Amino acid sequence: MRYFLLGFLLLGLVVVSVAGFRGGITRRPPIELFPDMDRQAKLRPQSAHGFFPDGLGSRLHPDQTIPRSQPVLVAGTPVHPFEDHPFNTGYEPGTTNFVQHSPVPVSETLLARGRERFAIHCQPCHGAAGDGKGPTTKYGMVVIGNLHDPRIVQQPDGEIFHVISEGRNLMQGYAANLTAADRWAILAYVRALQLSHLATLEEVPEGLRATLK
Amino acid sequence: MSDIFPKWTNKLPGYVILGGALLGTAVVAGTWYYFTPKYTRVGYQPLQPVSFSHHIHVEQLGMDCRYCHNGVESSYHSNIPSSTTCMNCHNQVLKDDPKLALVRESAAAGKPIPWVWIHKTPDYVYFNHAVHVNRGISCVECHGQINLMDEVQHAQPLSMTFCLDCHRHPEAFLRPPEQVYNLNWKPDDPTRQLAQGRRFLEEWKVERLEHCSACHR
Ligand code: HEC
Ligand code: HEC
Ligand code: HEC
Ligand code: HEC
Ligand code: HEC
Ligand code: HEC
Repeated sequence: MRYFLLGFLLLGLVVVSVAGFRGGITRRPPIELFPDMDRQAKLRPQSAHGFFPDGLGSRLHPDQTIPRSQPVLVAGTPVHPFEDHPFNTGYEPGTTNFVQHSPVPVSETLLARGRERFAIHCQPCHGAAGDGKGPTTKYGMVVIGNLHDPRIVQQPDGEIFHVISEGRNLMQGYAANLTAADRWAILAYVRALQLSHLATLEEVPEGLRATLK
Repeated sequence: MSDIFPKWTNKLPGYVILGGALLGTAVVAGTWYYFTPKYTRVGYQPLQPVSFSHHIHVEQLGMDCRYCHNGVESSYHSNIPSSTTCMNCHNQVLKDDPKLALVRESAAAGKPIPWVWIHKTPDYVYFNHAVHVNRGISCVECHGQINLMDEVQHAQPLSMTFCLDCHRHPEAFLRPPEQVYNLNWKPDDPTRQLAQGRRFLEEWKVERLEHCSACHR
C-alpha cells in the first residue's frame, strides 16, 4: 500500500508538472477536446482561405464594380456613395473646385459625434486642441500640421474634408477608416476648435469672463 | 483454507476500495481542473509576426481601441487593422526599424500581415461585438486588460458558462457608454455600480438572453 500511495503521489506530481496550472502562459494553440463541429467549412472574416488563388478570405471588390450600398440622407436628399456629390468628394460637382461650405447641416449631435471621432482618429497626432502637439510628437512624429495655422483656417471646408479623406504629404487618408458622414462631422468639430481658438475676450459672455485666467 | 488465501488478503478489499476511491477522485479532479477552457484557452499567447505592443500604443500613446479596431461598434466582427493603418504613424516613427520591416513590406505589397488569431469561438457560436460594446459592455470583461499587455494573451475562458454568467446578470457589468473603451475604469463604489447597472438595464431595455438561439443560430 505504501508503494501504491507513493506511486499515486508521483503520478499526480508528474501530471501537474507536465500540464501546469490554469492560466499558465503557453505558445501552443488551445487543444479542442471535443472538436465535433468546432471548425466548419465556412468563411470567417479576415481569415485565409485556400479556395482563392491569393488566399485572401476577405475579397477586395473587382475593378469596374461598386459595392452594394444604402444611400445616406444629406440635408434631406438621399446620396449614394458612388455619386459625384460634394458629400462624397468635397468638390463642386463636375469640377475640381472645393466646396466652400459643408453640405451637412451643423447640429449639436453632429458636433458631439465629430468631437468623439476627433478624439479617436486625430488626437494621437494633432492633440486634443488641434495644435499639432499630440502624444506621438514625443516619439518621433515631427511634422504635424497645426490646425490653427491661418493657412488651414482659410481653406474651404471641401479642402479639409479632402485632406481627411485622402491625406496630404506626410498625413495619410482616413477614407478607409471613417465613413463620409463621420468625416464631415470631424470637419465641423475642427471648425469649432478653430473658432474657439480665434475667439476674443469680447465674445465671451460677460458673466463668464472672470472665470478665464 | 489459510493455505490458499494468506492472512494479508483479509485487508485486500479495503485496499481495493481505498485505491479505487483515490484514483476515481484523482481522475474526476483532473478532468474538472484540466478539461475546461479555463485551462485549455486561458494563457494562450502565440508568437506574433510583428512584436506589436498594446501597452505602448494604448497606455503610452493614449490611443483609443477604435483607431485600429474601427469596425467594433458597427459590426459583429472586430477587425484587425490593415498595415496601412500602422503606416499612418510609422511612415515617420521608427521609419527604418527592423521590427517593423514586415509592416512596411505588407503595406507596400498590399498583402496582409499573418497575425495569429487568438480569441476564436467555435464556428457554431454566433457572437456580435457591436451589440455588446454599444450596450455598455467593455472589452475588459471578455479580453482582460489588453491595454497593459505587451503581447496579447487569452485572458478569459470564453466558454458557454462564461457567456451565460453575464447574460443572466448583465447589470453587474453594464457601465456608462463613454467608459467602454477605458479599460482602467473602475466603479468608485461597487454598491452604487449595481444600482446604476439596474438603471441602465431598465433604461436601455437590456434583455437577459439565455435562450439557445441567441448564440446558436
Ligand atoms: C498619424 C498622425 C496623424 C493623424 C492621426 C492625423 N493627422 Fe493630420 N496631419 C498629420 C501630419 C504629419 C500633417 C502634416 C502633413 C504635411 O504637411 O506633410 C497633417 C496635416 C493635417 C492638415 C493640414 C493639411 C495642409 O493643408 O497642410 C489637416 C487639415 C489635418 N492634418 C487634419 C487631420 C484630421 C481632421 C485628422 C483626424 C481625422 C488628422 N489630421 C489625423 C498627421 C496626422
Ligand atoms: C495601434 C493599433 C491598435 C490599437 C490602438 C489597439 N489594437 Fe488591439 N490589436 C492590434 C493588432 C495589430 C492586433 C493583432 C496582433 C496581436 O494580436 O497582438 C490586435 C489584437 C487585439 C486582440 C486579439 C485579437 C485576436 O487575435 O484574438 C484584442 C482582443 C485586441 N486587440 C483588443 C484591443 C483593445 C481592447 C484595444 C483598446 C484598449 C486595442 N486592441 C487597441 C492593433 C491595435
Ligand atoms: C498613432 C501612431 C501609431 C500608430 C497608428 C501605430 N504606431 Fe506603432 N508606435 C508608435 C510610436 C510613437 C512608437 C514608438 C514608441 C517608443 O519609441 O517608445 C511605436 C512603436 C511600435 C513598435 C516598436 C515597439 C518596441 O518594442 O519598441 C512596433 C513593433 C509597432 N509600433 C508596431 C505597430 C503596428 C503593427 C501598428 C499597426 C497596427 C502600429 N504600430 C500603429 C505609434 C504608432
Ligand atoms: C462580450 C464579450 C466581448 C467583448 C465585450 C469584446 N469582445 Fe472582442 N472578442 C470576443 C469573442 C468571443 C471573440 C472571438 C470572436 C470570433 O470567434 O469570431 C473576440 C474577438 C476579438 C478580436 C479578434 C477578431 C479576429 O477575428 O481576429 C478582436 C480584435 C477583438 N475581439 C477586439 C475587441 C475590442 C477592441 C473590444 C472592445 C471595444 C472587444 N473586443 C470587446 C468577445 C468580446
Ligand atoms: C459581460 C457581459 C456579457 C458577456 C461576458 C457576454 N455577453 Fe452577450 N450580451 C450581453 C448584453 C448586455 C447583451 C445585450 C442584450 C440586449 O440587447 O438586450 C448581449 C447580447 C448578445 C447577443 C445578441 C443577441 C441578439 O439579439 O442579436 C449575442 C449573440 C451574444 N450576446 C453572445 C454572447 C456570447 C457568444 C458570449 C460569450 C463569448 C457573450 N455574449 C458574452 C452581455 C454579455
Ligand atoms: C450566451 C451565449 C450562449 C447561449 C445562450 C447558449 N450557448 Fe451553447 N455555447 C456557447 C458558446 C460560446 C459555446 C462554445 C463553448 C466553448 O467552445 O468552450 C457553446 C457550446 C455549446 C455546445 C457544445 C459543447 C461542446 O463542447 O461540444 C452545446 C451542445 C450547446 N452550447 C448547447 C446550448 C443549448 C442547448 C443552449 C440553450 C439552453 C445554449 N447552448 C445556449 C454560447 C451559448
